This record gives sequence, structure tokens and C-alpha cells, in this order.
Amino acid sequence: MTAISCRHIISMDDLSAEDITTILDTAESFKEVNERRIKKLPTLRGRTIINLFLEPSTRTRTSFEIAAKRLSADAINMTGSSSATVKGESLRDTAQTLSAMACDLIVVRHRYAGAPQVIVECMEAHVINGGDGLHQHPTQALLDLFTIRQHAGRLEGLTVGIVGDISHSRVAGSLVPALRKVGATPVLVAPPTLLPARPDILGAEVATSLDEVLPELDISYLLRVQTERAEDMPFPSLREYARFYGMNETRLAAAKPEMLVMHPGPMNRGVEISSAVADSPRAIVLDQVNAGVAVRMAVMYLLLGGEPHGAAA
Amino acid sequence: MEYRTKAEVMDGAAVDRALTRIAHEILEANKGCGNIALVGIVTRGAELAERLAERIERIEGVRVPVGTLDISFYRDDVAKRLSPEVHRTDIPFDVEDRDVVLTDDVLFTGRTIRAAMDAIMDYGRPCSIQLAVLVDRGHRELPIRADYVGKNVPTSRKERVRVRFRGTDGVDDAVEILEEVEGS
Repeated sequence: MTAISCRHIISMDDLSAEDITTILDTAESFKEVNERRIKKLPTLRGRTIINLFLEPSTRTRTSFEIAAKRLSADAINMTGSSSATVKGESLRDTAQTLSAMACDLIVVRHRYAGAPQVIVECMEAHVINGGDGLHQHPTQALLDLFTIRQHAGRLEGLTVGIVGDISHSRVAGSLVPALRKVGATPVLVAPPTLLPARPDILGAEVATSLDEVLPELDISYLLRVQTERAEDMPFPSLREYARFYGMNETRLAAAKPEMLVMHPGPMNRGVEISSAVADSPRAIVLDQVNAGVAVRMAVMYLLLGGEPHGAAA
Repeated sequence: MEYRTKAEVMDGAAVDRALTRIAHEILEANKGCGNIALVGIVTRGAELAERLAERIERIEGVRVPVGTLDISFYRDDVAKRLSPEVHRTDIPFDVEDRDVVLTDDVLFTGRTIRAAMDAIMDYGRPCSIQLAVLVDRGHRELPIRADYVGKNVPTSRKERVRVRFRGTDGVDDAVEILEEVEGS
């Protein structure tokens, strides 16, 4: 039985190492579908998937929507501005309303951590966390693992430097436990002001100098600097950030020759990543986007296929 | 549920002879192998396709294209149960205007073949789809029949047909009927 051990994917804690392998292996098959002329499977015909995105997002929402449609599910997008939340409806009421319409799966993005859990508690449908506050973004971590495995051929034993705004990153929130589960070593690289108060709780090594750890890294995973909040950034300037933590050709030359560069997007060229690096073959950012559709198809298939959980043969 | 062998209906030599005959039949029906491609349904159908391709090559001196197909995502019972294992579909040729011979070890309800035909159609529009199976055990639930059959094996619905292949199972080729052990 390939089903995964959970009904919902809210955080990486829901998934065991075997679940992760099952998801990545299933995604391999869906990747092949995405290379066909007819990119459509009848698998989830008649199932309804709602993308409840109460925080702006285009790439994640589009990726989930494409994944649902390629599996023939009916995908409905609800965004913050089009939903009744602007009329003051509570999250609980929104969830119960959607539940009454008998949808099978809800993908939730919300600005507050824990919102997907609230939805789990008040409806029958399966729930996937599409990013909640500063907490987690599990499908991002899964697609990152998929991309790493695709390029490096393995996950175990790799050292992955996660560089940048760790304290405000739900991407790091999921990627760190995900890497630990598959036997890779996450190293958090950031100035002290961008590290959470207790980085040790995450269970990752911490470094404040990128240049010091660079030669050990198999992957440099660059987090986005939130330039839209430039006025209260906890470092002197974007230029200074780029100088100490930006990936550029000089740093690329100092790293292992096979070191790959990843980024969850959208990239700030010239800040966390130079344009030359972003366009080099060592940057596998577009492969991450490509993997996103296959991985999301895999989690939808594994959550919605089979008998209601537990009864599966 | 436990099962025990009720009868062996084909041994290695019988499987061998059946495959040789099917290879000849395919070539006869298609007037050679110029436009043929074989697509095996994983896992034993894939080995069957590979072996038929070897025989066709021995007879005609031409290697026909072979692909493998996993029908997990096309099954009509996805909502009830997931496939135990999803394998990679690999069809390394254009099915458009080809004569595609689907291969599977056992033909039973016909639902797998229905799913496989839908899957093939998603790759293009073949000239024809034909079906070769090692064993036809009856009990069809859909209007589907095989063009090439190794052996017709009458069974009861409760019995199982077990096909074992050298390549997939690491034992000598054999086809057996298994029956339920009572009280298990």
C-alpha cells in the first residue's frame, strides 16, 4: 500500500521518512505526464479541490491549480479579495461553508500560522498547508527535496546551506525538518539579526559567515530578502547584504564545483543572487518550479486516492 | 486470505511455445513488423512485451520499439484503493499512426485494458490497438477481447491466476491456478 500515513499535510511533522519517499517516487511518475503532449490524467475526476488563498500568491496557487487540473479534479480558486473574509466572515465559518459544499481537498494559504489547523478541526475535507504565516510551507520543502534528488541523485549525506532571513521564513520552517528526515544536514547561514531567537530548536547547525561554510555545501539554498519591507530590514543595506550573503560568481568559484544553487522565488537579482548566477546552469530554480506541479499532483493523488484513511486495503 | 496451488496450467516450455506462436501471429496479422510497437503493462506485461520483441527480432531481424505503461492513474477505482506501487511509464516512441500491441500477463475483467487504452490515447492517436495476453481467464466486465492469447484458462471468480516470469520473479516461467484455503 502506497498511501501516506496522514490525512492532512500541515507541517513536515505529519510525514514520515517513508511518506516522503512515497511522495517523491509518485511525483516521478507525474513528472513524465507533465512532459507529454496531453498533460492530463483522469485520476481525480469528480473530485473538488478548493485553493483558499487568503494571502497573495501567484506561483504557489498556479502550481496547485495546474496540478489539480492535470488530475482532472475540479479546481476552484478563492482569494482573499474575492472571499467573504473581506465581509468579516471568520475563518471557521468560511471553512464550514466550504465543507457544506462537499469539497474533497482544501489548500490553504494564510498569513497566520496555525490557520490550516483551524480548518482541519472544522471540516471533513483533506487539508494541505500552502503556507501559513512564519510556520511552514510543506509542499515547497517536498518539491525542493525532489529537485535535489533529481540533480544530486540522492538526499542522504548532503549538506544544504539555507541562507538568509531564517526567522521570517516558512520555507526554512519546512525545509529544515524535511532535510533532517531524509538524512541530509541543514546549515542555517544568516546574520544574527535574521536568525530566530533559538535556532538550536530547529536542530540545524548555524553559521554567520557564508564564506566560511561555503566549501562544505552541496547546495546553497538562498531565501528571498523581503525588499518590500526595506525600511525595517534588520541589516544596514541591500548592498551590504549582497556583499556578505549574496551568491555571486566569485562565491560560486570558491564552492564545490558541483554545488547547486536553489531559490524558492521570486528572486531579487543583485541581492541574494547575482544575475549571472541566476542564469547559470548551476542554478536550478526553474527545475524547482517544474517539480512543484509534479509533487503537488503526488500529494493530491495520495491524499484523495484510496478508501477514507485507515480502511485502505 | 491464504491461497494454495490448485493446478499448474503452463510450464516454462508451454510459455515459450505460446510466446513464439503469438510473435508469429502478430507478424501475420500485421503483415510484418514495419508499423508495430509493443507496450507492456507493468510489471509482467512489460516483460512479456520485451520477450515478444526478442522473438520478433529473431524471426524478422528487426527490433520493434517497446514501451512500458503504468495504468495506476487511469484506474476506475482510484477512489477505493491506491496502486500498491507506481512505476514509471516509458513510451520512447511516437504512438501516432502506429499499430500498438498492448501486452499483459492475465486478461480478467478487462478494466486494466480499458485503462491502458485510455492511457495510450493520451500519447496520440494510434492506427490500431491490439491486445496480446499470456492467459485469458474469462469473467469480463467490459466488452473487451484479446487478439492474441497464449492459453484460455477457465477459472472460477474466486480463484487466482499466478504468472511467474524469469526476469520479474527470478523463478522458471509458470502459470498456476491458486485456490483459497478454506477457513483462512
